[in-house]
Amino acid sequence: MKRIDSPEDLEKLRRKLRSKKKTDKTTISVCVSTGCVALGSIKVLEAIKAELERQGLVETVNVKETGCLGFCEQGPRLSIHPKEICYFKVKPEDAQEIVSKTVIKGEVVERLLYKDPATGKVARRLDEIPFYRHQVRPLLANNERIDPKSINDYIALGGYEALAKALFKMTPEDVIEEIKRANLRGRGGGGFPTGIKWETTRKAPGHLKYVIVNCDEGDPGAFMDRSLMEGNPHSVLEGLIIGGYAIGAGEGFVYVREEYPLAAENITNAIRQAEEYGLLGENILGSGFNFKVRVHRGAGAFVSGESSALMNAIEGCIGEPRPKYVHTAVKGVWGRPSCLNNVKTWANIPLIILNGAEWFRKIGTEGSSGTAIFSLVGKVNNTGLVEVPMGITLRDLIYKIGGGIKDGKKFKAVQTGGPSGGFIPEQYLNLPVDFDELNRVGSMMGSGGMVVMDEDTCMVDAARFFIDFLLEESCGKCIPCREGLRVLSRILNDICEGKGVEEDVMIVEEIAETMRDASLCALGTTAANPVLTSLKYFRDEWDQHLKAKRCPAKACKALVNYYIEPEKCQACQLCRRECPTGAILGGVEQVHWIEQDKCVKCGSCYEACRFNAIVKLSGEPIPPPPPEGTKPVRRRGGR
Amino acid sequence: MGLKLKIDDKEVESMEGETILDAAKKLGIEIPTLCHHEGLEPYGACRICSVEIEKNGRKRIVAACCYPAEDGLNVKTRSPRIDRIRRIIIELAAINVGGDLSGKFLELAAEYKADTSRFLQKVKVEPSKCILCGLCVRRCVEACWDSVIGFVGRGVNRRIVVYPENASICSTCDHCHGICPTGRITSIGPDPPFPSIDDVLAGRE
Ligand code: SF4
Ligand code: SF4
Ligand code: SF4
Ligand code: SF4
Ligand code: FES
Ligand code: FES
Repeated sequence: MKRIDSPEDLEKLRRKLRSKKKTDKTTISVCVSTGCVALGSIKVLEAIKAELERQGLVETVNVKETGCLGFCEQGPRLSIHPKEICYFKVKPEDAQEIVSKTVIKGEVVERLLYKDPATGKVARRLDEIPFYRHQVRPLLANNERIDPKSINDYIALGGYEALAKALFKMTPEDVIEEIKRANLRGRGGGGFPTGIKWETTRKAPGHLKYVIVNCDEGDPGAFMDRSLMEGNPHSVLEGLIIGGYAIGAGEGFVYVREEYPLAAENITNAIRQAEEYGLLGENILGSGFNFKVRVHRGAGAFVSGESSALMNAIEGCIGEPRPKYVHTAVKGVWGRPSCLNNVKTWANIPLIILNGAEWFRKIGTEGSSGTAIFSLVGKVNNTGLVEVPMGITLRDLIYKIGGGIKDGKKFKAVQTGGPSGGFIPEQYLNLPVDFDELNRVGSMMGSGGMVVMDEDTCMVDAARFFIDFLLEESCGKCIPCREGLRVLSRILNDICEGKGVEEDVMIVEEIAETMRDASLCALGTTAANPVLTSLKYFRDEWDQHLKAKRCPAKACKALVNYYIEPEKCQACQLCRRECPTGAILGGVEQVHWIEQDKCVKCGSCYEACRFNAIVKLSGEPIPPPPPEGTKPVRRRGGR
Repeated sequence: MGLKLKIDDKEVESMEGETILDAAKKLGIEIPTLCHHEGLEPYGACRICSVEIEKNGRKRIVAACCYPAEDGLNVKTRSPRIDRIRRIIIELAAINVGGDLSGKFLELAAEYKADTSRFLQKVKVEPSKCILCGLCVRRCVEACWDSVIGFVGRGVNRRIVVYPENASICSTCDHCHGICPTGRITSIGPDPPFPSIDDVLAGRE
């Protein structure tokens, strides 16, 4: 590779790459990001390659290995360009048909297209799929077009143009000013204005400064940072270099959590390529600016997202928070001014520099500009990563993009912001999603996890679940968080087991408030959000658990009993065969019956019954058994 | 040099590098501490020193032992809210201290009217007697440039152990024993020739 020594050279290279691209005939992009790989996309990739070979098309058809598009549950995913036909749930066996039909004849393979479960309509292109139609995706869109291992792909799409612009047409102050005008707020969750943070680090005394990429998302089910790092590492790197220039840093770190080997591999590769091209290292693009970047692999879990903990880890110490009230922007790694931003924040930088602050502010709301990336999971029809303009309502997110609640159930609550985000009830479904609005209702943007809950979710049990999760995550350094979570967990488990007492509510409130006010780091100060919002919006469910020992959602195992309705039982024996403890009595011609003291409440019978004869009871007496030998009232057919 | 702040409505001058705790001391205002010790790096683990500060019209709770004195800062060291926080922290810490409170901890419990048994009744764990203040660890590093004692585990599994491979460098200086606020470190050497913490990591892992 030849070094690129000036913006003009970069432009020349870009033109060359683009013209070469035009002559390329067909490209098959196969997603090889973590989600699709888990579903077997490597086998699909191999099958496609083998098929192209067999049909002698290796020269004429391009195969590209790309990053995640967000709709991973529908993977493995591949797209065929230039027609932009998208196939989902592709199997290796489909390779032959894809090549013969689509590549050669230009026909689509119907069964591999996405079919909207609601309308039954099939979609050929990405933008015809409801999941994508309502998204705005400046950050994620390129994942589909780029081979993350190829810097040329990135450059062809305008990559490093922003860097050239910043270095040659802007002073560091101009860059910071632009970011400030864009009103970019930290995507790690805090929502702190990025430009101000940069300025603080720039102005902090000392000539050795650092910029850091935080790629340590720890929320269960959240993988937006991973997706960007794996799919478009150069966008993060370019943002970091621009940041280094603006802040006056000579060195950058990329902190990647241990569980993300592919992300670490791709960013390491990106760094090497950028160095070879002279986009990183000494005298970048001939501008005189020197900057180097090192990758730091996380050594196991620690208090995620906590900047001082992360900096401790970079220094090689235990990754627990420091009691510093002096901002890390002023005193960070090795006591030097350090600017730490999330992966998504960095990836936004080149876009803002290239398109201008006005462009960025047009997306989103007055207080929160740009897009937000959420990991939409839980009881919605479409789950995955979504990128939306800030200010979209929860309702649109859940119903238009998420396709509504699974199995036609009723919506109950949505939790935003990961495990320590609050639960938002139905009355706020029209809430525009941005940093401030979410805080207003007791939740937060956090790192962008979004869990949808339906009528079958018990909100006390849900609070218990997240407290137990956080109990595992707490580093244990400070008393309010460590011991507070311990007590909260015990109390919530007691309540869900029907052993709660009314004074528990007061203890929960006292502890929650102490944790919020006095904990050392953000994990502890936000950990009580699920509990507090559960209490605030679903107080009735708490009372039912405490007073009537009843779980209205019938989710708390200890508070439910399984019961067979004699009029509905068809004596089919299905449940009896499934029951692991032999708690179900009854024969072919006899209505079945559950012996409660033998039942371990595993729910197998409930799942098995095809006649809806088995129901859950909570807090109500179980009717007496039908007389021995009661015959079933036969109905036609099953359900 | 010349930072002026207000603590409990009294003006005090402080210097760069001093904490709220240091400044309060000059006024003779006592802020309780558990994990702090003169001369050791602030650690910020117990949070008993929580005070309320007001800055740019915004109020917030911070740990006085770590928060640097700032010009124009307005600090409140006692209020119903702060007392409540301290009471609950004492009650939470009491889970680990267990039944036999002594010394400063007992005094604090009395002053803040803490019910030191209510959470222990709830969680029903075996008290470890250690509140994980980390004083022994920091003191030992200072005494022998390395640590004989240290933390293992995270969250509620965090505890203090003697590293067996480091036990030989223990100079039996007695510092750790002397500084331990709960009596968890009952004695040191000569047999065994290092502090007696029952749960020594010896032989494990
Ligand atoms: S709040 Fe929790 S995670 Fe943070 S320092 Fe305290 S114990 Fe550790
Ligand atoms: S819930 Fe499980 S144990 Fe109870 S009756 Fe049904 S299958 Fe048997
Ligand atoms: S007695 Fe040993 S363990 Fe204790 S402080 Fe001294 S050197 Fe460290
Ligand atoms: S052993 Fe004593 S000094 Fe050491 S952490 Fe525990 S309570 Fe603190
Ligand atoms: S991993 Fe392939 S679409 Fe997400
Ligand atoms: S004395 Fe300040 S946190 Fe422990």
